[in-house]
Amino acid sequence: MSGATVTLLYFARLRESLGLAREELVLPAGVQTLQALRAHLAARGGAWSEEMAPARKLRAAVNQTLAQGDAPLKAGDEVAFFPPVTGG
Amino acid sequence: MSVRVQEADFDIAAEIAAMRRGNPKIGAIASFIGVVRDINDGDAVSTMTLEHYPGMTEKLIGAIIDQARGRWEVLDALVIHRVGTLKPTDQIVLVVVASGHRGDAFAACEFIMDYLKTQAPFWKKEVTPQGARWVDARASDDEAAGRWRN
Repeated sequence: MSGATVTLLYFARLRESLGLAREELVLPAGVQTLQALRAHLAARGGAWSEEMAPARKLRAAVNQTLAQGDAPLKAGDEVAFFPPVTGG
Repeated sequence: MSVRVQEADFDIAAEIAAMRRGNPKIGAIASFIGVVRDINDGDAVSTMTLEHYPGMTEKLIGAIIDQARGRWEVLDALVIHRVGTLKPTDQIVLVVVASGHRGDAFAACEFIMDYLKTQAPFWKKEVTPQGARWVDARASDDEAAGRWRN
């Protein structure tokens, strides 16, 4: 579904290197999964290419549930990207 | 069952007393406290700051407790995780599990902690003489959580 707006959240090291904690994004045509969204963000260049690179260990959640690359996206979703967790 | 993410410190004695009060079915209580160490990867740590994903953290820890309840007898469970800036010797996390018998209490407590370490969205940034750095996830934590999959 193109034209859908999603909320993107970035945490920890990712938030710092991207200089951004949160944004609203209208999904471009063809961006329908988490994996496609990650590739779209990587194409922004600079720190984005570095942090979103396929080789970079990154976790993601859709609507606050851990999700894999093939997870579908829809209007109103809250999508979060973050480094592997280090609590406890 | 209760999950709390807070800046304030916690008192294990008060938490266990509250859990035991009026519940004569409890025969065993196992607990775990995680504490800030003064050294990590060979460098002195002066302070550490914990960040989390509000909403998801509570939801995910709740789901971990539900999984534990599906595997063992869990009469009650409590997880408290602190966020904000902490220093060496400060308490970070508390897990308390009440059960009828010790085997279930020990196992569920360790399971909850192992899954929390590898899944709950917390991140540590520590300050060392070399400056501030984000702590890297450890493979040994993934292995600890993996033990429970069979």
